[in-house]
Amino acid sequence: MKLALRLLLREWRAGELRLLFGALLVAVAAITTVSFFTNRVQLALTTQTNQLLAADLVLIADHPISTQFAEQAEAKGLRLARTLAFPSMVVQGQRNQFVEVKAVSPSYPLRGDLSAGQVLFGPAQDVKTGPQPGTAWADARLMQLMGLQVGDVLTLGQAHLTLAAVIAREPDRAGDFFNIAPRLMVHIDDIPRTQLIQPGSRVGYRLLIAGEDKQVAAFRAWATQRLGRGERIEGIGDARPEIRAAMERAQRYLGLAALVSAILAAVAVALAGRQYLARHLDSCAVLRCLGASQATLFRLYLVQFVVLGLAASLLGSLIGFGGQAFLAEMLRGRIVADLPAPNLWPLIEGTAIGLLLLLAFVLPPLLHLIRVPTLRVIRRDLGPPHQHGIVSYALGTSLVAAVLIYRAGEINLGLYVLGGLLGVLLLGLLFAWLLLRLLSGLRRHARGVWFYGLANVARRRTASLTQILGFALGLMALLLLTLVRNDLLAGWQAALPPDAPNRFLINIQPDQLPALRQLFLDEKLAAPNFYPMVRGRLSLINDRPVSAEDYPEQRTKRLVEREFNLSWAEQPRSDYKLVAGRWWRATEAQDQFSVEQGLAKALNIKLGDRLSYDIAGTRLTGRVTSLRDVAWDGMQVNFFVIGTPAMLQAQPANYITSFHLPSGQEVLLNRMLQQFPNFTVIDVAAIIGDVRLIMARVSDAVTFVFLFTLLAGLVVLYAAVLATRNERLYEAAVMRTLGARSRQLAAAQWIEFATLGALSGVLASSGASFSTWVLAEQVLHLPYTFNAWVWVIGVLGGAAGITAAGLLATRSVLRVPPLGVLRALQ
Amino acid sequence: MPDSSVPSIVNVNQLSKSVSHEGATLTILHDISFAIKNGESVAIVGSSGSGKSTLLGLMAGLDSPSSGSVTINGVDLFALDEDGRAALRGRSMGFVFQSFQLLPMLNALENVMLPIELLGGAEARSRAQRILERVGLGERIAHYPRQLSGGEQQRVAIARAFVTEPALLLADEPTGNLDSATGANVIELLFSLNRERGTTLVLVTHDQALAQRCGRMLRLDAGRLVENA
Repeated sequence: MKLALRLLLREWRAGELRLLFGALLVAVAAITTVSFFTNRVQLALTTQTNQLLAADLVLIADHPISTQFAEQAEAKGLRLARTLAFPSMVVQGQRNQFVEVKAVSPSYPLRGDLSAGQVLFGPAQDVKTGPQPGTAWADARLMQLMGLQVGDVLTLGQAHLTLAAVIAREPDRAGDFFNIAPRLMVHIDDIPRTQLIQPGSRVGYRLLIAGEDKQVAAFRAWATQRLGRGERIEGIGDARPEIRAAMERAQRYLGLAALVSAILAAVAVALAGRQYLARHLDSCAVLRCLGASQATLFRLYLVQFVVLGLAASLLGSLIGFGGQAFLAEMLRGRIVADLPAPNLWPLIEGTAIGLLLLLAFVLPPLLHLIRVPTLRVIRRDLGPPHQHGIVSYALGTSLVAAVLIYRAGEINLGLYVLGGLLGVLLLGLLFAWLLLRLLSGLRRHARGVWFYGLANVARRRTASLTQILGFALGLMALLLLTLVRNDLLAGWQAALPPDAPNRFLINIQPDQLPALRQLFLDEKLAAPNFYPMVRGRLSLINDRPVSAEDYPEQRTKRLVEREFNLSWAEQPRSDYKLVAGRWWRATEAQDQFSVEQGLAKALNIKLGDRLSYDIAGTRLTGRVTSLRDVAWDGMQVNFFVIGTPAMLQAQPANYITSFHLPSGQEVLLNRMLQQFPNFTVIDVAAIIGDVRLIMARVSDAVTFVFLFTLLAGLVVLYAAVLATRNERLYEAAVMRTLGARSRQLAAAQWIEFATLGALSGVLASSGASFSTWVLAEQVLHLPYTFNAWVWVIGVLGGAAGITAAGLLATRSVLRVPPLGVLRALQ
Repeated sequence: MPDSSVPSIVNVNQLSKSVSHEGATLTILHDISFAIKNGESVAIVGSSGSGKSTLLGLMAGLDSPSSGSVTINGVDLFALDEDGRAALRGRSMGFVFQSFQLLPMLNALENVMLPIELLGGAEARSRAQRILERVGLGERIAHYPRQLSGGEQQRVAIARAFVTEPALLLADEPTGNLDSATGANVIELLFSLNRERGTTLVLVTHDQALAQRCGRMLRLDAGRLVENA
């Protein structure tokens, strides 16, 4: 142990350990920074989502909520707000209107902002609190329907209230667009005066809770135990499908960036470890000769690696800790919420991962190294027994990947990335081998320096293969994270273009369609698609009654309890992606359904199952013949379940559409509502803004993580070049001794490195293109677009970068006198 | 002929080594037997490929024979396992190689300390320092091998070989990589340490001058012992 430490110290002084230490440092720093960063961004995203609840947690009941919940929450230091909502009639002069009344306490909203103005469709400001006692606020629709103006006096039950503002945005406006009446918001203390709440009234009570994560979670756990009939809790993750989809994608992007940089760093560690052990082959033989047993050698190196690993990992974790602080500073002001102070867990985690990384990649070659034939001290040509590097690396990679996948919590993503890398590795081996064979052929026709350059690549076949693969992995990660990152982010943003629909129009009657189309035409707006909508309750799956009790998840329970919005269509929309089965043909007589895959999974519906819906008193049954993937964050009209026209078009239906209303043209909405008073306009501009904000943050985050990946990539390239540096130095010295001039040597090296770089580039570009395709199609659910730049930059950049790195690392080949090199390296 | 009253430190008995290469069996050593007494100095000579280095490797237990045995101080080398042989080497053998084989990441002093440290011996630093002074490198103990000339490197290697005061010192072409003047100095050093410490010296060499200085010569020709005088 003491000897091991002394050796470690001596090797450190001699500079032997710097590359390995550096690689490990970068690896751990990247992983911990990403870990911190991902947590923080996810926190920020969560806070963003919580705005849609106006709280972190909401307790919902159909009766007044027992005071025990509020007392417990207060005892935990949580902030509280109360709302209650009920349908009622509001009267102004001769007019009356059915509204959804929402009464709020002064602390409402706890998360997000209310936004209100003085004029319909006019400017609005964020406000921290709702209406004052004696006043009421109306939403745009109510203003339009009743022709209201601020200052009007409204009668609600027995109370008179002055209209004080127009609500532009309500953070927790109900998730379901399709069931809403216009909103009237009042102060909660005014409710007794209205005398509207009587036994039997349909009132929704909400207790809003916000505070520190831990306290909120503790409260949730406590309250869940005590929920009575008609009471439920909603929290994070119960957000609107658009936001949920955006968040899931955001997490995948971050997970992807983290995985790639970690794997790249692992490759760097593997290469550096291999390099270290190769340099110690002689030392091991000498040590054996001097009387060290295999066990002693193993202990010696193991202790060295563990100490080195601990030191590098701790330092790397500290850098990660610092990077995280820097990030928090960078994002200050853009992230609304207060982030809780990070704990020390990532430090421990980072250290553990660093050690694991080192041991996973260094132990297999170490076990190998200590079996070096001692006779090597006399006969230099004896290497260690033949080594299957790929096998030991695959072992190390799997071990590390298992941990990363476990940490990422995204098994699919992890498996895709890992599978991709493994595929690239295997295909790469085959591909590189073929290319090298081709080169060997070419070489026979080459002359002069070309001959030597190509000969070097072809002769060092194993070393060249390792280098090409190392380079290719590094380049591939760089390509993935530069060009491809942009492609993927652009693809995501393209799903939400500037002219993405920002208004939904619902409750359109079939006979109003021609006139509505004409209205769009008159306004020089493209007439959107109109989708028929039939409401029905899912009653049977495969003739078995459907009950909310069969499903453990709250969200699924509610899905089952509510009426479904069904639609019919002859053709699939171009953005539908069928993940199973096929779309029906017009000629088919059978009644069929196409089901969104998320719903199918939640309700455990399989292809071929029979679904029965109760629609307006009749029961319709059809077979599920396809499952669809739906891009919820595209702001298109989407349906969980679509049926064949023959089955559904005879049912009572109304229509729904979504369209983009350019800002400044809001007045069209007034005209539309005058002409079609039964319509409901739903403004989703605010949700689009939220989704865009999430995209912007993820983009920043990925860029920052990319810096670490870049660093890891450079270490990989450097380590791969260093791997054959000594051999190169020696050969160059021999060549110069034989009379080769510097120019010739330099040219031969240029050719060798450029060839290696270009070959790696081809491999990396293929890998990156393939991975992007898989990621886009399978993980992020975006359309894939081929990017030729990946190839141009991959091949040319690979050749240029590796030539530069190679020449830099071996520049002494041309400078040092041959004798010095020969003496130092023999 | 060696004096039979002095006990043998090395006993080589009917030692053979053959390797198979692409189906053909190549015999490197044929049925070799000899004994080396305590305190002797023996040169193994012969042309390139005659099997000298293989024989030395077998005597050190760095390789295993096809048949026959080697005993060191009565211990059968090949009855031990690999680690047992390593331990025996550590206790009773020292090595000097043609290519020096210093560890590049250790400086001169650390290279010499290493065998003592591996054995768990005391006073490694002072003992290493003393012997480095003895080989004339007292001023250069903090230098790394790459900062030393070939002759200096070989003197460090000799210091390392003698520092544990081994009973048997094996040297493989110790002057092979040195010019003749430097080589002569190294030989001088080797023999004077040999005398001072009563070490048994076995060396493989091409160098006639070096071979002549040894008490006895074993000549190999195509794997057979042709001279033992």
